[in-house]
Amino acid sequence: MNAETQKIKSFIEKHDSKKQALISILQDIQGEYNYLPAEALRFVSQTLGIPLIDIISVATFYRSFSLEPKGEHMVTVCMGTACHVRGGPKILEEFERKLGIESGETTEDKQFSLETVACLGCCAIGPVVVVDGNYYSHTNIRKVGSILKTYHKKEKENEQPQEN
Amino acid sequence: MINIIMNGLEVRAEEGWSILDTAKFYGIEIPTLCYNEGLSVYGGCRLCLVEIGETPKTKLVSSCTYPVHKGLVVHTDTQRVIRTRRMMIELMLAIAPNSKTIQDLASKFGVKQCRFKVRNEECVLCGLCVRMCREQMGGKAIGFQNRGYKRRISTPFDMRSEECRLCGGCMYICPACQLRCHGPDPDTTVCNACLQMDPTCLDYYEELQCWMYDAGRCGTCVKEGPEKETKEKAGHK
Repeated sequence: MNAETQKIKSFIEKHDSKKQALISILQDIQGEYNYLPAEALRFVSQTLGIPLIDIISVATFYRSFSLEPKGEHMVTVCMGTACHVRGGPKILEEFERKLGIESGETTEDKQFSLETVACLGCCAIGPVVVVDGNYYSHTNIRKVGSILKTYHKKEKENEQPQEN
Repeated sequence: MINIIMNGLEVRAEEGWSILDTAKFYGIEIPTLCYNEGLSVYGGCRLCLVEIGETPKTKLVSSCTYPVHKGLVVHTDTQRVIRTRRMMIELMLAIAPNSKTIQDLASKFGVKQCRFKVRNEECVLCGLCVRMCREQMGGKAIGFQNRGYKRRISTPFDMRSEECRLCGGCMYICPACQLRCHGPDPDTTVCNACLQMDPTCLDYYEELQCWMYDAGRCGTCVKEGPEKETKEKAGHK
């Protein structure tokens, strides 16, 4: 048993190997790898005795799970009614141009994933952009660059100590 | 025994029966698509809708999933029920216009036009194949994936499932996969109905929603020949 399987096994054991805890287990795997690797799902299926297709059904039903590798940073642009009328689509367009990807895709260097959401429930501060759980209120096209820059910067800061 | 009123008649149903079971017992016809005696009920096609309750507080329920209870008042063929059924047929027709089963339903209920954009998806998500695989064949190879308008039936990772034994049960029970109706002949405008039936599924694999991932081996669906190659090439472009 290699390290990866050991890790997934620990996630399963954390929830007492219960079938009902499938979503929690998948959330743990998603948190670790940023997506659900096929091998991990097969292992979960064998260990819990749930048919693989049922796990896939759950994993594809919820948007928080992904079967494709996601980027380091998750950029979510709100497309709810309030954000939409205040220029949400234009902000999305700007993100798409800056990152060079379409909504729902991930950049080639696996740094950013771009997604849209129907409503975040904070329409008063719209248009809203969420990056890794940080909310950016009253965004406009000019702010897009600086938002992305802060996350690019964080990458560089993280990398520098390793290089030294 | 439970006494219920069905279409104004007092009928007796057994405990645990659904409205559909009762109607069948008394010979009252209710159309179905996703219902099969050997499988669990699903209530997905909404063709078996009936109106329950007394006016003005009536509601539509799927008769296959609704259990009878004391004092239930059911109407199986009111204006509202028929209107809704016709709408369901029209919607299904837009998704799978080549299905003989759905075409037959359309002609039976007088659905003469389809106002929706024809999508040709060849799957109305009735779930018969999923239940067939699971309940009768003891396999768990196929299931629903995604949700909303992206919902579809497939195997894990869209690959040949390890659990699939190529029994063909899914193909046998599929209402869209059976005989394919080619509709009216454009030259004569006469339908010639069942003379134009094609026993094979599709000409080439690209359009084939086969979860056995073994195109052509069973020889039921995929025709062999030069036509297939050219179409496959065109599909890859």
